[in-house]
Amino acid sequence: MWGILRRSAVDGGGFSASSLRRTRSALVSARSYASGSKEMTVRDALNSAIDEEMSADPKVFVMGEEVGQYQGAYKITKGLLEKYGPERVYDTPITEAGFTGIGVGAAYAGLKPVVEFMTFNFSMQAIDHIINSAAKSNYMSAGQINVPIVFRGPNGAAAGVGAQHSQCYAAWYASVPGLKVLAPYSAEDARGLLKAAIRDPDPVVFLENELLYGESFPISEEALDSSFCLPIGKAKIEREGKDVTITTFSKMVGFALKAAEKLAEEGISAEVINLRSIRPLDRATINASVRKTSRLVTVEEGFPQHGVCAEICASVVEESFSYLDAPVERIAGADVPMPYAANLERLALPQVEDIVRAAKRACYRSK
Amino acid sequence: MATSFSATLPLHGSQENRLLLPPIRLAPPPSSFLGSTRSLTIPSSRRLYHAHAARRSPVVGVQEVVKEKKVTNSLVLCILITKEEGLVLYEDMILGRSFEDMCAQMYYRGKMFGFVHLYNGQEAVSTGFIKLLTQSDSVVSTYRDHVHALSKGVSARAVMSELFGKVTGCCRGQGGSMHMFSKEHNMLGGFAFIGEGIPVATGAAFTSKYKREVLKQDCEDVTVAFFGDGTCNNGQFYECLNMAALYKLPIIFVVENNLWAIGMSHLRSTSDPEIWKKGPAFGMPGVHVDGMDVLKVREVAKEAVTRARRGEGPTLVECETYRFRGHSLADPDELRDAAEKAKYAARDPITALKKYLVENKLANEGELKTIEKKIDELVEEAVEFADASPQPGRSQLLENVFADPKGFGIGPDGRYRCEDPKFTEGTAQV
Repeated sequence: MWGILRRSAVDGGGFSASSLRRTRSALVSARSYASGSKEMTVRDALNSAIDEEMSADPKVFVMGEEVGQYQGAYKITKGLLEKYGPERVYDTPITEAGFTGIGVGAAYAGLKPVVEFMTFNFSMQAIDHIINSAAKSNYMSAGQINVPIVFRGPNGAAAGVGAQHSQCYAAWYASVPGLKVLAPYSAEDARGLLKAAIRDPDPVVFLENELLYGESFPISEEALDSSFCLPIGKAKIEREGKDVTITTFSKMVGFALKAAEKLAEEGISAEVINLRSIRPLDRATINASVRKTSRLVTVEEGFPQHGVCAEICASVVEESFSYLDAPVERIAGADVPMPYAANLERLALPQVEDIVRAAKRACYRSK
Repeated sequence: MATSFSATLPLHGSQENRLLLPPIRLAPPPSSFLGSTRSLTIPSSRRLYHAHAARRSPVVGVQEVVKEKKVTNSLVLCILITKEEGLVLYEDMILGRSFEDMCAQMYYRGKMFGFVHLYNGQEAVSTGFIKLLTQSDSVVSTYRDHVHALSKGVSARAVMSELFGKVTGCCRGQGGSMHMFSKEHNMLGGFAFIGEGIPVATGAAFTSKYKREVLKQDCEDVTVAFFGDGTCNNGQFYECLNMAALYKLPIIFVVENNLWAIGMSHLRSTSDPEIWKKGPAFGMPGVHVDGMDVLKVREVAKEAVTRARRGEGPTLVECETYRFRGHSLADPDELRDAAEKAKYAARDPITALKKYLVENKLANEGELKTIEKKIDELVEEAVEFADASPQPGRSQLLENVFADPKGFGIGPDGRYRCEDPKFTEGTAQV
């Protein structure tokens, strides 16, 4: 126990509250997965993905605040400055609009930037470049100028960081044509999707999660190979089931899996889908699953109105209406700016109990 | 990564000045830089400062040469261009002017639509800078980009078709007036948001440096970013001045200061209207030049481009210029003073260059008329071509959203949507 605490404290660069949460979740995941198989933290997975892509292609470079000498605000880019030098790992001044635009311009001219936002909340200062100069350029230039850029960083709520540091941007970016939006959960997702994103010739918004960085996941030999890549646009069925479909992404996948275990104890078999790709959304997998189970619960951390869940509900109602046996259930964050107090924050975010309750409601086991 | 501050001296007073006109003879500029003074009081110190700045200019352009020639015969006058160069410049400016005039006609006839921003009056800036660039150098512009595209080499046909929204346009009709892109000519747009192009241009310059230093390629490409006076109050401009100087990027920031941002006068919106001064604050030279005089612009541009190619970093060039038409074809242009417009119309860059060429015996009226006729025919032919071109097909709606169209995701049958033939026909539902 002390060993783990010490390790997380040294490892971090985050706040003490989040280190504690990481410890707790590290313990939980250590308990739930078999020991003996190789494990990797999401942080290491991301670091290794960027490292491998940088060594494979000299046009790939990293830019962002604190990515170099500080080793990354969340240590994702640790060791890259020493390995590749300051010409490929740029510590920028605090100029989101400026350096994002520079990244886009470099992508226009043929390089492959990986632009880090310290959190996606700061991307709002650069959102004009992400949407207007990156997402729309291939279309406006009729295919002459493509933009092979990746915008990555932590997204969504952390622990006690307040309203301006906790928003989830999945819905905003996923509504823009021309962008690809990815949200990994496990270490394998992180590696495979980031490698796919860096290789992709289009702008990709890569939404990580700060609280997942320290979590360890088992990882296969295949995923450790340097050519490993996951397809963009394909969701993963994390747990098969037959009574209710739960779709979600990022940190909520962990919650949904725990909820599924609790539901299994009560005789409800839940199918958990990890979306992995918010745009393009894998409607085929979602609808196939709903046609099997006839019930849907969608979960996300972001604000409820016009969210990812709303899109999934609409898609299911459009394509699988006659298969539904119950109204679709939508669980999202509370419709308030994120409060600071720990108990209020807990209330503002979906918890395992909320998912369990919604699933039971969909199965008519409760009101 | 410290910048060398010896590089911050403005180009005024540079050693390269070969022109030997004694300062007292040089008449103060005929017009006031600070534009219309109808309802504004300008502190006299500012005006004086500017007059000094202009007098310090080492570059002798059309106006002064013509004046001085009458006054003295014993001075050795340096003619700034050869005949060939002069004709190239003249043709480019005539092309810009005729094209824009034709755009206005076509707009009022309904062939062109949406937002159209014309460049009449500012041709000296575009010609002065872009005619010094190679094909692999990049240009980034704003919504007032037709003439930048033409100067950079995009054919008049392609630009006109794009404006008509036809499939033969440089962006197949998908971009429009404000989004002229050409990979072949390295015209990197065409941006509707002011200030948006500046970081993109800085990124293109960044790529030149990266290619040299990391990819070890031979790359001397420079980037020229054009933008207006209104943009100089925008945050991104300053962010890029900082980073361009910090990383010593091969970029030239060209401010086309035409004194008006739609209806907002530069003086009403800017605490210190002298934009060239913002360069030295960030560690790069800041130059002010008369943007109605193509030869002066060209001289300053030569110095700035050479600096950038040598790896000495960015330059900020403020060109005092004027747009003869409104902000766009929808702008009634009521706020600008008729007297101000007349003053600048008298400084028409094309008339000035014509006078220079003729008076310095570089060309005769006949040759210039031939050029004008040739351009007229070219522009008319471009219109005919655009008229005759077809509109984009239905399937084009869904094309080019992604370079990798798998980004449209997986369809209900489990295959990628882009593999469905109906998708490319434009009949599939997205």
